[in-house]
Amino acid sequence: MVTNTHPTLPEFDLIRPVTLAEASEFLSQHTSNARPFLGGTDIFVRMRDGYIKPQFLVDIKHLDGTNEMNFDPQKGLVIGAAVSMNRVIYSQDVGENYPLLVEACRSVASYQLRSRATIVGNICNASPAGDTIGACMALNGMLHIHGLQGSRLEPVDGFFLGPGKTTLKAGDIVTGISFPLPPQGCAGTYLKLGRNKLGDLSLVGVTVLGNNDTRKQSEFHFRIILTSVAPIPLRAKDAETYLSTHEVNYETIRQAACIASEMSTPIDDVRGSARYRKSMVKYLTETAITAVWKKLQK
Amino acid sequence: MAFHEIVVTVNRNREQLAVPSNMTLMRMLREVLALTGTKNGCSAGECGACTVLMNGEPVNSCMVLAAECDGAEIITVEGLAGDKQLDPIQDAIIQAGGVQCGFCTPGVLISSRALLNRNPDPSEDEIKEALVGNLCRCTGYARIIEAVKEAAKIEKEKV
Repeated sequence: MVTNTHPTLPEFDLIRPVTLAEASEFLSQHTSNARPFLGGTDIFVRMRDGYIKPQFLVDIKHLDGTNEMNFDPQKGLVIGAAVSMNRVIYSQDVGENYPLLVEACRSVASYQLRSRATIVGNICNASPAGDTIGACMALNGMLHIHGLQGSRLEPVDGFFLGPGKTTLKAGDIVTGISFPLPPQGCAGTYLKLGRNKLGDLSLVGVTVLGNNDTRKQSEFHFRIILTSVAPIPLRAKDAETYLSTHEVNYETIRQAACIASEMSTPIDDVRGSARYRKSMVKYLTETAITAVWKKLQK
Repeated sequence: MAFHEIVVTVNRNREQLAVPSNMTLMRMLREVLALTGTKNGCSAGECGACTVLMNGEPVNSCMVLAAECDGAEIITVEGLAGDKQLDPIQDAIIQAGGVQCGFCTPGVLISSRALLNRNPDPSEDEIKEALVGNLCRCTGYARIIEAVKEAAKIEKEKV
């Protein structure tokens, strides 16, 4: 491929529908050459590099509710598709109730990119490396989808089919994401390995959310999500079950991290080798679970 | 390709323009309004040379469509200074020697201004975090960080 160092955006038509129904209809009529458009932080790069050539970008940022963010102490949090990551990071409600989500958003690129980047865009882009996906899965995020047949809810866990592939059908638009109240007294962390400390894409991402749970044999429940190390964001369920059924201590945490590492199927690429990634999954998972476990004991 | 009629305020001047769908805010600033202080570095939202304020928030102008700027207020590096006086962050970066080739400087100034607007007394770590998206290949970071600290100090004394 010829590399143009300052590629301009290829030609396309920006479409700004007035209603969700109009947007869905347009997208369903142009399945092969139209794409929904939020912050553009992924799509513009791919268009400039020539990977995709949509004829239409359908701006969904002004449609019903996509710009709203609401927290209800009884029901939980709803974040509209067009709400920028910076708005999430600086929301007091989110900071107090969903600090893991703030931590995940904060790890994305730079401040000025986060002025435009959105959580829903990060999810719909369906990159196995999406930084906010682990937190959204751990916090039981539900996607609000508007389609030709009306609206529906779909869990983030199960939404991904492959790199860039999701369960969305023609005409579907994700209008927002909601989260139930997090488990009482939970603690979480997102550990991201990049080539440098800040601002890079992740080589390995490990999200852990834990809470005390007397229904579990170990009295702890951990959710462990691995990103960048499989074709889709991966929930390490075997490792989670292991820690629910065995007394939690340094030894069993190490064993759970080994199980998580075994479940990962990373690839070699320019950012790192599969072997390195696999061993870092083990290290980061052990570190993350230990950190969360210690927070839960306080 | 479709054109879009927009009204946008750039550095306090109202502009009425017709822009094609694929024109970015960066190209509009540089090629239509001849505001070449905003630089085109990577065209991928990574280097921050094209950073401008859009409704008070810093954005990579290579990643924003001009058509999306209808009704928006844009401040570029040309708009930082008042009529007779530089912005304190501009003074500070000159004093600190925080400029070598100068290519990253407009973006650095805008990101720093935005930081000081939201946090008048940033720590060194907060400054570094705010400038993650502004790459300087002359490796002048130490002096840039000094400049932001100095500007914060000057602004605090003024209040």
